[in-house]
Amino acid sequence: MSEHILHLTVNGEAQHVLVEGRKTLADMLRDDLRLTGTHLGCEHGVCGACTVLVDGAAVRSCLMFAVQAHGSQVTTIEGIADADGGLSAVQSAFRECHGLQCGFCTPGFIVSIESFLDAHPDPSDEDIREGISGNLCRCTGYQGIIKAVRLAAETRAATPQDMSAPDDAVSDARVGA
Amino acid sequence: MTAVAGRYVGQSVKRREDARLVTGHGRFVEDVAWPGTLHVAFLRSPIARGRIVNLDVSAALAVPGVHSVLTAADLNEHAREWWQNMIGKDAPMPPKRLLAEHDVRFVGEAIAMVLATSRYVAEDGVELIDVDFEAETPVLVERAGFEGVAADDANLVHPEWGSNVAQALPGPMGPGMPLDNPALEAVLASAAHVVTETFTQHRYLCVPMESQGINVRWDRHRERLEIVSATQSPHEVRSCAARLIGINDSQVHVVADDVGGGFGQKMFPATEELAVIMAAYRLGAALRWIEDRNENLIAGGHARNEDLTMTVATDESGKILGVRAHHREDIGAFPAYAVGSSASSVGMYLPGPYGFGEYFFSSEAVFTNTCGRVAYRGPWMMESVAREQMMDVTALAIGMDPLEFRRRNVVTPDQLPFTTSTGLVYETVTPQATLEQAAEMVGYDAFRAEQAEARTHGRLLGIGLSSYIEPSVGFGIMGAEQVDLRIDYDGSVVATTGSGSHGQSVETTLSQVIAETLGVDIDKVVFTQGDTAVAPFGSGTGGSRTAAVYGGAAREASVLLRNKVLAIAAEVLEASSDDLDMDLGVVAVRGNPGATISLADVAAVAYAGYTILPESIEPGLDVSFRIRAPMFMFSNATHAAVVEVDPVTGAVKVLRYLVSEDCGNMINPMVVEGQIAGGVVQGIGGVFYENFVYDADGNPLTTTFLDYLLPTAAEVPTIEYGHIVTPSPTPGGFKPIGEGGAINSPAALINAVRDALTPFGARVVSQPLGPQQIVDLIKGPASSAESI
Ligand code: FES
Ligand code: FES
Repeated sequence: MSEHILHLTVNGEAQHVLVEGRKTLADMLRDDLRLTGTHLGCEHGVCGACTVLVDGAAVRSCLMFAVQAHGSQVTTIEGIADADGGLSAVQSAFRECHGLQCGFCTPGFIVSIESFLDAHPDPSDEDIREGISGNLCRCTGYQGIIKAVRLAAETRAATPQDMSAPDDAVSDARVGA
Repeated sequence: MTAVAGRYVGQSVKRREDARLVTGHGRFVEDVAWPGTLHVAFLRSPIARGRIVNLDVSAALAVPGVHSVLTAADLNEHAREWWQNMIGKDAPMPPKRLLAEHDVRFVGEAIAMVLATSRYVAEDGVELIDVDFEAETPVLVERAGFEGVAADDANLVHPEWGSNVAQALPGPMGPGMPLDNPALEAVLASAAHVVTETFTQHRYLCVPMESQGINVRWDRHRERLEIVSATQSPHEVRSCAARLIGINDSQVHVVADDVGGGFGQKMFPATEELAVIMAAYRLGAALRWIEDRNENLIAGGHARNEDLTMTVATDESGKILGVRAHHREDIGAFPAYAVGSSASSVGMYLPGPYGFGEYFFSSEAVFTNTCGRVAYRGPWMMESVAREQMMDVTALAIGMDPLEFRRRNVVTPDQLPFTTSTGLVYETVTPQATLEQAAEMVGYDAFRAEQAEARTHGRLLGIGLSSYIEPSVGFGIMGAEQVDLRIDYDGSVVATTGSGSHGQSVETTLSQVIAETLGVDIDKVVFTQGDTAVAPFGSGTGGSRTAAVYGGAAREASVLLRNKVLAIAAEVLEASSDDLDMDLGVVAVRGNPGATISLADVAAVAYAGYTILPESIEPGLDVSFRIRAPMFMFSNATHAAVVEVDPVTGAVKVLRYLVSEDCGNMINPMVVEGQIAGGVVQGIGGVFYENFVYDADGNPLTTTFLDYLLPTAAEVPTIEYGHIVTPSPTPGGFKPIGEGGAINSPAALINAVRDALTPFGARVVSQPLGPQQIVDLIKGPASSAESI
């Protein structure tokens, strides 16, 4: 079995991992780096649960070998919130809009949507439906997710670049607006 | 009882589950990594039916990293008892086995398990197992038709059962079911209108985004089995594991943290999971099996797959006088629970929100060499699928609008309490109100004009209604759930119960009920479920019972604890407890703002300073309440769908979808709407996209998400809601809501398609309604693949 030493940056940290050639990026992230937020819903490239950013582009980590990420910058769901835990506008919007139930599809959606909103800062409803149609959710009927994308786009537009939403205190379990 | 809107209950409180889940810090079964765990992969049958004539695992054993390969000979004889808490010991059950022995009975049946250092290596091992079969004629509805399967005594799915008929009602397996109804025959012979039609629904599946999976280890030194499982019911897993092995429940510790959906599939442990449990126990090892999507689709349990023939008699005015119904199900080889049939529920719930008059129901379920049936969100929902289509078909046949026909038959408030033709008693349902609200919201009358106008331009618009009563059962272990509640020494509130949330927001909603009733800050409530070491015995989350049954128990436990807090506070404040209030964790004497005591101080008295309390007050601050739920709880809803059919491509677009519902007091409207939306979209998937197909040899053809199509955001409309709130008589006034979206949406959608295709006189009675089927329906019966 061929093994390779892989150098890459994951969520801003340099990593050096010894992997088998056949190991997927998703399995390497989950098993070797214990970043288990990247989920596997199909392992054949359809559900989008395994989406991560490789050099800024959203990719399905179940369809990529870990060795293909050699030298890359990878961002997983664990790298989306800022260093002190402040949620991104997309993460806050998911919570605000009931964009998740079981939460299994959620990391893939959030990572995909971060990338989608970077490319389409002011999406129409049609754009949003189209833009997230590569991710499957079995719980929400997509209602809250679509709303969350809209809200996140608004929040991002109203907030200086690279700043997360202001009012996303995680501990606030109180009544919604 | 009146509707409540308190500080927490009735509010769209944001979920406490979300913070960990949106940041990638959930803990799902696959996220658990115990040291030294061996990974399991299964060798599965590639044929539907046949003898195993050779099974040689030696090449697999030689693979570096393969620890062992187990077959039926290693495991099956050690299985002691195999039955489920929820079903009980005495329910008839088809044969069960951990691994296929001597023969195979469906494509995907597990034959051997490879244990290895990684899943990659385990799959390498599976590849090298040498297995040969002598194929036999598979027993398939796809091949022989339903009657052919039922009558075939030469080819039996389960020779031990002696027949391919799993269950027939009425009959010896339907206690209390009358064998005939002569009064109905008289009605059918004399009624002004008698209409008969058969409705079919195809095989479609739960498909939670997280598949099934389990981690198990046996600690031989402590004689304790540890399990982390993706389950809806940790206590069910505990009991099944203990019984299978022959140890005590208390020796098994089951934990389910975050569970990625279930929809019924995770109600009972899968056969593969039981095989892993047995293997871990026999080997004294830590094992893990994570079902992949291919396994989940072909062997994880199938659903729906049935037809129902209804004959409806009405008088001149369209009043229903009598109904006869016959139901047929293909339940596969190894259904997940009991005999696998949902017929007794289908028959019982079929009258739904209408007076049926004279009634008779019969059914037949057959085993086939296909994947067995599991529960899927409203396992009995064929009653709504068929009844609500029949309402439209009958209306059409007697020349009446479907809305008007429903109006003439729906149960009205002055009829309550209403006893259905099957003996169910409705006390607080409001089907007339939801019907009218849905009709008004959708603009039913205006739509008819719009539709006529659109037709002149060649556009095919259609509208469909569907009403139902959502039942939730409260008998057996499902009717007596317990909530344990205590206030700790620091004043925090700790709640534990046997629920098994897998997306239903139970941590949030039960905390709302507790905080509201007790009078504390919701952030002070620590809620734990999914852990058999701390939770009282429970049946998990399933059957639309969590709000009504666990919610009711949470409310009653909170009342008990509040009373105790007030009794202790009364001693300290030297007041009567009747004069005390507690809000946000502070007890105050009404009308005397200065006289207060905090919950932490009450706790200090309860645990340490109890000597100041009279003997009649027991020290401590903990209570338990196990509720006794009514046998049946009911909510109701009406769905309305507006669709446009493209006459050329056959594509259907859902233009509007709305739901008017009455689930009593809503604990959290945001969560209620979320449950409805998820169910409705599962119905959209089932009617238009999802279809699990076998060929005539029993080979599954839809084994990936490229062939088994789930709806995406691009296919769903914005769902609109109308709420009518009529509290139930149970504590809190909550009613079931979890399954209704999936139960009631198919008929609304199919009715809308039929309505759109009225100009073609199309007979729309089956699903799926994909583009090809729609085009065939438009072309007419001559070209229909359905025609015989
Ligand atoms: S797991 Fe990668 S797309 Fe489904
Ligand atoms: S929230 Fe469960 S799959 Fe999307």
